Amino acid sequence: MQWEAVIGLEVHVQLSTQSKIFSGSANKFGAEPNTQASLIDLGMPGVLPVLNEDAVQKAIKFGLGINADIAPRSVFARKNYFYPDLPKGYQISQFELPVVGKGFIDITLDDGSTKRIGVTRAHLEEDAGKSLHEDFHGMSGIDLNRAGTPLLEIVSEPDMRSAEEAVAYLKAIHSIIRYLDISDGNMAEGSMRCDCNVSVRLKGEEKFGTRREVKNVNSFRFVEKAIKTEIQWQIDELESGRKIQQCTVLYDPAKNETRAMRSKEEANDYRYFPDPDLLPLEVSEDMINRVRAHLPELPAQKIERFMGELELSDYDARVLVADRAVADYFEQVVAESGAKPKMAANWVSVELLGALNKNDLSIEQSPVSATQLAGLIKRIVDNTISGKIAKQVFEELWASGGTADSIIDSKGLKQETDTGAIETIVDQVIASSPDQVAQYLAADEGKRKKLVGYFVGQIMKLSKGKANPQMVNDILARKLV
Amino acid sequence: MHDKTLKQLADALAARQISSVELTGLYLDRIKRFDPQLNSFITVTESQALAQAAAADAARAAGKAVALTGVPIAHKDIFCTQGVKTSCASKMLDNFIAPYNATVVEKMNAAGLVMLGKTNMDEFAMGSSNESSFYGPVKNPWNTAFVPGGSSGGSAAAVAARLAPAATGTDTGGSIRQPASLCGITGLKPTYGRVSRWGMIAFASSLDQGGPMAQTAEDAALLLNVMAGFDPKDSTSTHIDVPDYTATLNDSIEGLRIGLPKEFFGEGLDADVEQCVRDAIREYEKLGAKVVEISLPNTHLSIPAYYVVAPAEASSNLSRFDGVRFGYRCNDPENLEALYKRSRGEGFGEEVKRRILIGTYALSAGYYDAYYLKAQKVRRLIKNDFDAAFANVDVIMGPTAPHAGFKLGEKAANPVALYLSDIYTIAVNMAGLPGLSLPAGQSNGLPVGLQIIGKHFAEARLLNVAHRFQQATDWHLQIPAAFA
Amino acid sequence: MALEEKDVAKIAHLARLQVTDAELSAVASRLSTILNLIEQLQAAPTDGIEPMAHPMDAVQRLRPDAVTESNQRDAYQKIAPAVEDGLYLVPKVIE
Repeated sequence: MQWEAVIGLEVHVQLSTQSKIFSGSANKFGAEPNTQASLIDLGMPGVLPVLNEDAVQKAIKFGLGINADIAPRSVFARKNYFYPDLPKGYQISQFELPVVGKGFIDITLDDGSTKRIGVTRAHLEEDAGKSLHEDFHGMSGIDLNRAGTPLLEIVSEPDMRSAEEAVAYLKAIHSIIRYLDISDGNMAEGSMRCDCNVSVRLKGEEKFGTRREVKNVNSFRFVEKAIKTEIQWQIDELESGRKIQQCTVLYDPAKNETRAMRSKEEANDYRYFPDPDLLPLEVSEDMINRVRAHLPELPAQKIERFMGELELSDYDARVLVADRAVADYFEQVVAESGAKPKMAANWVSVELLGALNKNDLSIEQSPVSATQLAGLIKRIVDNTISGKIAKQVFEELWASGGTADSIIDSKGLKQETDTGAIETIVDQVIASSPDQVAQYLAADEGKRKKLVGYFVGQIMKLSKGKANPQMVNDILARKLV
Repeated sequence: MHDKTLKQLADALAARQISSVELTGLYLDRIKRFDPQLNSFITVTESQALAQAAAADAARAAGKAVALTGVPIAHKDIFCTQGVKTSCASKMLDNFIAPYNATVVEKMNAAGLVMLGKTNMDEFAMGSSNESSFYGPVKNPWNTAFVPGGSSGGSAAAVAARLAPAATGTDTGGSIRQPASLCGITGLKPTYGRVSRWGMIAFASSLDQGGPMAQTAEDAALLLNVMAGFDPKDSTSTHIDVPDYTATLNDSIEGLRIGLPKEFFGEGLDADVEQCVRDAIREYEKLGAKVVEISLPNTHLSIPAYYVVAPAEASSNLSRFDGVRFGYRCNDPENLEALYKRSRGEGFGEEVKRRILIGTYALSAGYYDAYYLKAQKVRRLIKNDFDAAFANVDVIMGPTAPHAGFKLGEKAANPVALYLSDIYTIAVNMAGLPGLSLPAGQSNGLPVGLQIIGKHFAEARLLNVAHRFQQATDWHLQIPAAFA
Repeated sequence: MALEEKDVAKIAHLARLQVTDAELSAVASRLSTILNLIEQLQAAPTDGIEPMAHPMDAVQRLRPDAVTESNQRDAYQKIAPAVEDGLYLVPKVIE
């Protein structure tokens, strides 16, 4: 039987505001437990929420970034349930009227094809705290620092058909939020979290199968593995003649399995109703236009520009644009070096990203700055060094810092371009190699091309690689007659 | 001295006829002497009060006194007071020492008022008789076999018996006006959004409003001058200027158009109460006002709509009382669910639990549209009634409560009968309007209140209209004999 | 409209209120009385009427994004029933 998976994602993005969505507590990761929990975050009796302007602006930014409608009027509602990390016994969220309406994101798959994934909505809400299940004499400890962190929940249409598509969509969201600078997108710290709704059906079937929701998957790799595992599990169940029960499951990376959760399985009745402590949120055209005016270039636009204006290949453009910091680095290198974009692109995507990958570093952690790399490339462009020597200089920059010029100077790597000096070396090599000269002169045009390599090699050796290769070739051609 | 109004006390302090420490001591003595009969206070903050009074005297000596510097007051135990138990009259918060001040308390402190203590109330402000308090019922000073009304029954009784010259209250469905009526004092529920709700423990957020409970309209005006105003900490607080409410007290009411809703004078209204209200209206006519009969046709729906909206909001507001971060926690819960169910089951009283259950039901899947949404629509019908009426009249008058009072325990077995005693006050909260109750007569030795309802933010007008009545009558000066 | 005991048990669970089996019937009958009162709403003609969630026709005010709070953990945890190492303690949370 041919099965088809149907996947929709709910992505929670923590917005990188200074303060929380409804209180003036700091919104920073990693503080001591409950030191960033104010009266409001603790849900003390008598406290009231006031909405953070920047959280709203960041939500609008995202909406504009995915070509979505921004609701002129949206409403905050209470989602009621009891859980120790939820201090008020309800979460302030948006239910019937979210701030961001329908939009879409185009994803590119490994084979280069693209697909449009619909975004149903995105809404603002507050994050919950954390339950720490360490052993406090059989108790759990509750840290409410995270309670009240602004979240944007982005809900996709069930448009994805494979784990790979889901990951591509998630990466596209990651790229967009980083470009828009609305979140650090750090999945390890929980700044971006993902719930995956997965169902399977026979290919050609129109109706959706029963879905299970894989909760809180925290890396791209785990999203891919969790979805693959879940799809396979559902197919196995269906092929064994069993039915899928709708439920929430957790992915266990250690065992690579998904299992149903025990605590939240009861039928939830969240009793949503408009939060009487908050009034309807109105977003004016004016506010939207102000946000739009500060909207940065987005990945899709940047790829187009890199391919058009900068004449990069589709592949190069995508590699450089995937991470906003890499694209910024690249553009700085082009601007400061004056090199052809293609050359700068090679240096960034091959040499730099290669070295970063090998050392497991992010671009922000790169030991070689864009200015340093531009300084190096500048010396290739003006013929101070050859491309080969440049790689040597790059290694030195990576290892010990400094500037390309200081390294070229101190190591004496400057290319030899003085005709007289090169002629002297050429003469020396010809004089000390009579046999090879005779062989060369006796050979036909085809063979000569091979034999000339011997002379070039000897000259380079004597010049310690610094002789300008083009000049060496010219002088040799003139002298070997 | 205790027979003086807040205004007279402020004048006496300003004239240095008495110090704030002396005055505060005088009221603290009265509380010690009389409150065992009334149970109007949950907490008396004697040492803090005397310290505040000393600071007030020092401020006066330094020439830094303002209008109410050094005047004693009591706060309903629903307002958070930093370092002082704030119980909401619930076992749930019997151990709750508030870590911060409500904005109302903060403003009162800044204005130099002296807090005598925290007054008794219905648990979480849910009740109309002050019988649902964890600390026991409050008695009506006019007849201690009778209830003082609720939920701000402690504040009303304390002011009526002159154990405090004035007090704060809160009003969700009549909780300032109805006890003011039953205890013979003047109570004002301001327009929704006029007084900050920050630090006022929420019952039903879209209906709750704090306000003054005092002997006279003039006193209420002085207090509202301090309490009212925009608060950036409350999203529902309104950003419009606060007038000096005392400045217009003496304005003429010649030509004032008074609307009398025919629905307020129908079945269920006690004959004595109706007589008092009609007499009061006649007094207004003598003062130059004109009476217009009006209709608020959806009045009968205000109670059913209220008993959906208020419990729905309450069921959610009271979810934070879970035994985790503050308040009551049951002993040795066997698991998380037991922690919740037992802490809440043991910490809340019967009426509170009843309303949480009703509210939970009204919001639950399958019933939301039929109950909650329907009630919200009826709420608009009620508001539309007022909008239409106010097109033709300046104020609306009627009884505050359908009766002069009832005996302790009389309605304890039947919550719905108790709910009906708020028939004339609830619609005002649903529409967010200001409403005032002032003493306008007596029935069998119990006071009767006249209710005056105004347009949004027309507090100054209400106080003016009430003040003119009090200039012409003396019902507001009556003190129950046992406490005179 | 009459509530049955199982309805009461369900909403009591949703509201996390302990109601013992012995109390169920009395609670159900009291709540039913209140529901009968509420039932009057159903007769009201409300077609085309916009639900009203707030008494004032106002919109949400926005707060500038600034940190205004500092660490008050000790003061806030002084009134907590059970804390350890700065954490609030509850019976073990099972996922």
